[in-house]
Amino acid sequence: MSTIASLSFMVISGIAFFMFSKQVLVIRKNILLGKDIAINDQPLKRWRNVLMLAFGQKKMFRNPMVAILHLFVYVGFIVINIELLEIVVDGILGTHRIFEPYLGSYYNLLINTFEILAALVIIACIIFYSRRNIIKLKRFISNDLNGWPQTDANTILIIEVVLMSLFLTMNATDPNTHFVISSYLQPLFNKLNLSTLNAIEQTSWWLHILGIYAFMNYLPYSKHLHIILAFPNAYYAPLHSKGEMHNMVSVQNEVLYAMQPELAPTGAAMPEKFGATDVMDLSWKNLMDAYSCTECGRCSAACPANMTGKLLSPRKIMMATRDRLEVVGKNIKANKAFVDDGKTLLHDFISVEELRACTTCNACVAECPVSISPLDIILELRRSLVMEQSNAPTEWNGMFSNIENNFAPWKFAPDDRDAWTAQ
Amino acid sequence: MKVSTMAECMANGTQPEVLFWVGCAGSFDQRAQKITQAFATILDKAGVHYAILGKEEACTGDPARRAGNEFMFQMMAYQNIQILNGYGIKKIVTTCPHCFNTLKNEYPALGGNYEVIHHTSFLQELIENGKIKFTDSNEWKGKTITYHDSCYLGRANDIYEAPRKVLESLEMELREMKSCKSKGLCCGAGGAQMFKEEEKGDIRINQLRANEAIDTKANFIASACPFCNTMLTDGIKNGPEQVNAQVIDIAEIIALAII
Repeated sequence: MSTIASLSFMVISGIAFFMFSKQVLVIRKNILLGKDIAINDQPLKRWRNVLMLAFGQKKMFRNPMVAILHLFVYVGFIVINIELLEIVVDGILGTHRIFEPYLGSYYNLLINTFEILAALVIIACIIFYSRRNIIKLKRFISNDLNGWPQTDANTILIIEVVLMSLFLTMNATDPNTHFVISSYLQPLFNKLNLSTLNAIEQTSWWLHILGIYAFMNYLPYSKHLHIILAFPNAYYAPLHSKGEMHNMVSVQNEVLYAMQPELAPTGAAMPEKFGATDVMDLSWKNLMDAYSCTECGRCSAACPANMTGKLLSPRKIMMATRDRLEVVGKNIKANKAFVDDGKTLLHDFISVEELRACTTCNACVAECPVSISPLDIILELRRSLVMEQSNAPTEWNGMFSNIENNFAPWKFAPDDRDAWTAQ
Repeated sequence: MKVSTMAECMANGTQPEVLFWVGCAGSFDQRAQKITQAFATILDKAGVHYAILGKEEACTGDPARRAGNEFMFQMMAYQNIQILNGYGIKKIVTTCPHCFNTLKNEYPALGGNYEVIHHTSFLQELIENGKIKFTDSNEWKGKTITYHDSCYLGRANDIYEAPRKVLESLEMELREMKSCKSKGLCCGAGGAQMFKEEEKGDIRINQLRANEAIDTKANFIASACPFCNTMLTDGIKNGPEQVNAQVIDIAEIIALAII
């Protein structure tokens, strides 16, 4: 490779990494718009979750066939990216397969492994593509994915196939090599002369690395961001029983001071808000959840409300949260501070009807392979509806007043509570 | 039946080993009262020294909290914890998974720390310790049954085995539904849905779940939650065709088998 090529490679790499880190910082900033909550207890259990849920993909194995295909893509992605190291060093120094002399026969073993994985990635992606577009699995043709999300999903699969094919072509057109998969492709290029082969190899090399840079910069705009965020999201996954709702200490204290006024500190201020109306009222974990969502729809497929044709789709809750967060992030960037745009997550992005359909059954939480809780967001929005906007169905208002007056959700006389003993 | 209250125990200077938290459904709902009575009968026969709060018990606040009314929940929790702590309660058993979840997972943060046990786990323990004796002519043996996992027992608290072990102890033939255990389908009552009309959709959730139960062709559908019991009973009754499957609580099955 010439000096010019080396130089342009370095410039392109620099730009690619610069742009990517800029977007990463934007996302980090957006996530930190969420309310500050401390999640740092029990680090051992948390690392265990990273190991089991993120690295080990434990939840994926609820469906073993899909889990194995996904594992090919995942291992392929990670392992083949080791080869990226050589590609980058070659690019900078203008060398060709710089690691080969140092690794000896191990080099062949390594590249053969990469090639097998590349082939498996191609097979898995083709199957995934058919599940979406030919078999039309229910969770992939849902209205949640109309428009961009559908395109996003297919684009990723196509990019993966193209990148892997370029990698194999690059090896196949390298006349001095004989690797396990690409050698089968070599007959295709038999009739070409050496300089053409060289040109194809160089082009594949360039397209492969440029493709990877493009993919990297596409990530922050895509659902595919889960390949990065699944790891921190597993670390910060809640460790308590799924049935436990997050306690509102402010309300707890409010009740305590009403009951025991002597405990009330002087000048204790009421919290500004109860529950969440917008993304800033959610926790940073809720917002990281939104960026971690890869829109696979396992949550919605398991949701009893969604299954029975209700408007609620837990996946849509996550997508709406991310969409709103992006809008708010841009608003802040343009105006230096958030300027009211007359919209909120509640009502404008997520409707009351959706929230009302939830049975809090935790099926969505149990299914999510990347430790997202759509339920947490649903419940925070419900709190705002009821406590800030007095927006509850009549029957619920009846239930509240029954609990208040009769100590039971139904209108029975509290004195009859032990009537069953007399029967 | 004679059931002591904590107030009576206190007056007599005795401390029962466990408090039976009856819950609102178990106290007032006619169908659920039968489950309460069945469980109280078992406790009596097994020689468990227990008591109830009686008129001093109040809603845990679960439906209010899940509907979004944190104030109402905190009010109820405050009152209940005052009473429970006042009696020095250490151990609670309850027939309602919603009460179970709230008492076990949500009261500790508010100063209510108790050992809380769901009745299915309690029954499993009684059986394993030989405290419960079954009649020789075990009429349940070989009967087909399917068990519906309550969300607040299963996914929320990872209790899947206890109710199944209890059914196995009677040598019943357990047939699992299409979705069970951690993949179990909700009955439709949770999250305060019990207290409002369902949102519009193609089919009711309880109908969908009842259909799964009917598909097992089991004679009995076991539940471990008074709300699931109501929802499934309605689902069976309103299904496309009449079936003879009976929805029954684990406690009722044991009460009928016990000496």
